[in-house]
This record gives sequence, C-alpha cells and structure tokens, in this order.
Amino acid sequence: MNSLTEIRWHGRGGQGAKTAALLLADVAFQLGKHVQGFPEYGPERMGAPITAYDRISDNQIRVHSNIYEPDYVVVVDDTLLESVDVTAGLKKEGAILVNTTKSKEEIIPHLKGYEGEVHIIDARKVCHETLGKYFPNTPMLAAIVKVSGVIEPETFINLMRESLEHKFAKKPEVLDGNMKALRLAMEEVH
Amino acid sequence: MSVQGIPQRMSGNEAVAEAIRQINPDVMPAFPITPSTEIPQFVSSMISNGQIDTEFIPVESEHSSMSAAIGSEAAGARTLTATSSCGLAFMWEVLYVAASNRLPIMLELVNRALSGPININAEHSDSMGARDSGWLQIYAENNQEAYDNTLQAYRIAEHPDVKLPIMVCQDGFITSHAVENITLLPDAPVKEFVGEYHPEHYLLKEDETMAVGPYAVSPYCMEAKRAQAQGMINAKKVILEVAEEFEKLSGRKYGFYEGYCLEDADYALVAIGSVCGTIKDAIDKLRAEGKKVGLLKIRVFRPFPGEEFANALKNCKAVGILDRSEGYNSVGGPVGAEVTAAMYRAKCQAETVNIIYGLSGRDVRVSDVERVYEKLEKLAAGENVFGPYPYLGLRSADESDCV
Repeated sequence: MNSLTEIRWHGRGGQGAKTAALLLADVAFQLGKHVQGFPEYGPERMGAPITAYDRISDNQIRVHSNIYEPDYVVVVDDTLLESVDVTAGLKKEGAILVNTTKSKEEIIPHLKGYEGEVHIIDARKVCHETLGKYFPNTPMLAAIVKVSGVIEPETFINLMRESLEHKFAKKPEVLDGNMKALRLAMEEVH
Repeated sequence: MSVQGIPQRMSGNEAVAEAIRQINPDVMPAFPITPSTEIPQFVSSMISNGQIDTEFIPVESEHSSMSAAIGSEAAGARTLTATSSCGLAFMWEVLYVAASNRLPIMLELVNRALSGPININAEHSDSMGARDSGWLQIYAENNQEAYDNTLQAYRIAEHPDVKLPIMVCQDGFITSHAVENITLLPDAPVKEFVGEYHPEHYLLKEDETMAVGPYAVSPYCMEAKRAQAQGMINAKKVILEVAEEFEKLSGRKYGFYEGYCLEDADYALVAIGSVCGTIKDAIDKLRAEGKKVGLLKIRVFRPFPGEEFANALKNCKAVGILDRSEGYNSVGGPVGAEVTAAMYRAKCQAETVNIIYGLSGRDVRVSDVERVYEKLEKLAAGENVFGPYPYLGLRSADESDCV
C-alpha cells in the first residue's frame, strides 16, 4: 500500500503558504510520520506567486523533486486561478481547496475540467471573525486537514495548540484567536 | 554500541546550526547571503540566548569573513563561517591563504548558482570553482548528512597529518530549506567525539614566536606547496578513520562514496548531493523491473578518491556522470572530467557520458532519472543516444543536446 500523501500549496509571497506547509509537516512528524515540507521560490517578493510542498509518509522520503502529481492542492489566493495552472497533475481521487468569497459554481469553470472534489472556504471571513487580521494560512491549514483527512482533526487541533503555545509564548493573547480560527475553518470549509 | 539518537525534524540549515551549537566553536565571522543566511542567524541567536559562547564577528563582506577566520584560526581559535555562491567567489583570494597556511577552518557552504543570470537556487558552480583552492570538500544528500558531516569536519581538518580547511556542502533550498526527519545525537557524546582544539603551533602561543603567511622565495615555495599537497593526500586515511569512529557513535556509515545497488550494476550514475535521493527512488523502481542499475554517490570530492571510484565502477557497462555545474570548457563539467580520468587510469571498459543537470535549481524528477538509465542501456549496446553535449531536461531547439 502506498502510504504517501503529497500536497501542493499555491499562494502569494507574504500569505504564509510556506509557513503553513512547514506547520503541517511539523504536526505530522509529531505523529511519527516521515515528512518533507519545502518552498519553491521564484523572485522573492511580496505578492509574487509561490509554491510550497508537503510529503507525508509512513516510510523514509528520499526523493528531492517538486510535486507534480499531488493528492491535494491548496490555493491560498483565488486570483492565482487566472495565472497559475493549479490543477496541473492533481489526482482526480484527490481534491482541491480554494480560498474564495465566490461560490463553488463560480470557481469550478476556472479549474480546467478537474474531475475530483472541489472545496472552498472564505478564509477572510474566518480571519475577520477570529483574528481581526488577514492571515489566511491558519484557516487554510485547518481546512486542508479536514478535507484530506491526512491527520485526524481533533488530534491536529490538540497538537496545534501545543505548537502555538510554544510559538506565541510571549504573545498569549494571539493563541485564542488562532485556535478559534482553526476550529471555525473546519466548520466553514465545504 | 551506538548511542540512542533523538528523532527530530528540521531543515538542512537548522541541522547544521544544531551541530554548531553542539560543537560550540570559538569564533564565527560571517556575512549573510541566500540561502546560507540562516546559519549565522541561528548561531547568533544561540549566542544571544547563552547556549554557546562562540565569538560572533559581523563583517562587511565575505572577503572579510574569511580573512577574519584566517586571523582567528591562526591565533589558535577553532573557527567557522558560512556562505553561498557569490559569497564564496568573493572569498576567492583568501581561500588559498587559509589552505596554504594550513588553517583547519570549517566553511558551511550552501551550494547556490553563481551569476549570471542572477539566481538563488541550487547549483555546484560555487564549490566546484573552488575545488582546486586546497580545501577539503564533503557533500551531503540531505539534512542528516549535512549534520553528520559537520560533526566529523573538525576531526578531519584539524588532524595533525591534514591541517587543511574544510568545506561542508549541501544543496541550496533543496536541503537547506526543506524540513525533513533527522536523528540527532545527544550533546555529551558529540562533545566527546569532536574533542577540544589544541593546535601545535599558533600565533598566541606564549613560548613560541612564529609568522603566518610570509613571502617565500622560489627555492622554498615549491616545497611548501608539495607539503600542502601531502595534507590532502593524508586526508584520505583520516576521513575513513573518523567515519569509522562516527559509525560507532551514531550507527551511520560514511566513506568516500555511497554505493546504492552498485555492486552488480551494469548501468551506473555518479552524482553529488540531493539528486541522489531522487536517483535512489528511480533505482528501486527500475530494479523491480529487473534492470541492473546503480548509483555511486560522491561524498568526498577533495581529496579526490579517484581510484576508489573507478574500482567501484569497474564492472559497469555504461556510466553516466552528472554535473550540477557547467565547466565552460566546451567539453563538460568537473565531476565528469575527473571521474572519467580516474576510470581511464584504472583501465575501466565502461562507456561514459557526462551529463549537465539541475543548473540554477532546475528540478530533477524520478522520471528524468529513469530516462537517463534507459539511454545508458542503449549506450552500452553501442547506440549513439547522447548528443555531443548532453543537458538533462534542457529546453532547446537542438534536440541532440537534450537528455
């Protein structure tokens, strides 16, 4: 059985796609998985399209190439649908998750006939209600965990709490908002 | 019996910084450059947090960071720095000064393309350009090897029979910025393994006056250079001894190269760095189909263990030698030139081809590697399947160049 799950993130510089990919790898590692989380940089600047990748497996990971046939794709910014071929190689047994204020019906025509599952979430709304600032990577991370099932959602939430408590040790006021964002994102994704 | 390792996950740069924390060197002069910037950044945080008492020297350029490293190492302090790409090129003049003064400085090199066009991604043109500067060079496939090589580096460089500076190399971004699983060693056995630095001669030695880097007239200069070359020759034995001791500590085996499915291979690739993981996946796939394919992964490039490489390749029918740097000599890359020469001296009968790949971070997929093995099989059968100047994955109107 092939235990490998591959996830490709499309975002824009500054939106935290790389951080989200690394956080996902981190949580999977804590569950005893072999992981790879890495960014692919074009020009390093705010707003430029960037790609980040996750490999999560029960076996050692040796390959050092980008991911061309992902199980899941996360699109952190729906304006990328115009310029980046986000569904390239995406397995039809997998799924795509898009951050958008639009409806699924409006998004699907931009997915070049992708036959697999399409999920959407309004990460801006989640951020607005929980963080008061727009950090789309936190809700997108929770949403892809829910969509992919790569980690059991409640286990993920608990591990994220530990990880964020550590990360925001000097800013505990940020913790609650982030935890709320994770939970709300899991409810809002559909 | 090896010690119990600590499972962790971290990037190649973090892994190297962790090794530096465990070694706690005396001095680190550094100037930032992508993708090695994180290394001095992490180390300076460790110093600020009181985890280590290394003296960090911020400098205004890489020429200065290497010059400061030379001064501090000559004074008798265990010293390191880190750089990439143009940073290494800017150290050019003083790299030779470090080596010829027999100063065992460690340089963490995160391999990146030299300009131009300006590019921040993985390529070996930086370290390959410095291959004849008198520095030892050890390369890593992943974060684990970057960590393990760092722990072994001073033991090799500072050995009285060697006394040469050492470059510990890893691929920019592909390993430096990728978070992967790793097994660390506990602090105490690492400290014991690395040991303290007690040079025989150094500038601050009270009862011995000496000069470092004086002019040498022709009747002496050539002898000095030959003596320096002997350090490089002696390093081979020391590298293996240190690796053996490291294996006892960690359970992980190192040598001049790693052979993967190489013993009975008819078709072999020779490569350096992160691409070797991708090649191993391709080999597993092709072996399952009954193809006799293998890999010789070069770990040590300076000194150049040509005899050992040739011996490991002697039964192959065709060998593809991969270069992640362009030699601009109209023939190919440096790894190709040196491995082919070593095979000629050892009277190897295999067909050889030198292939340029991965320049400026160009990605290599498992399917690319499979295609190369397929072509190697045809080459061994006498088919002329490689053009005169093969480039893996090149987009070109002249298809004869494209592998």
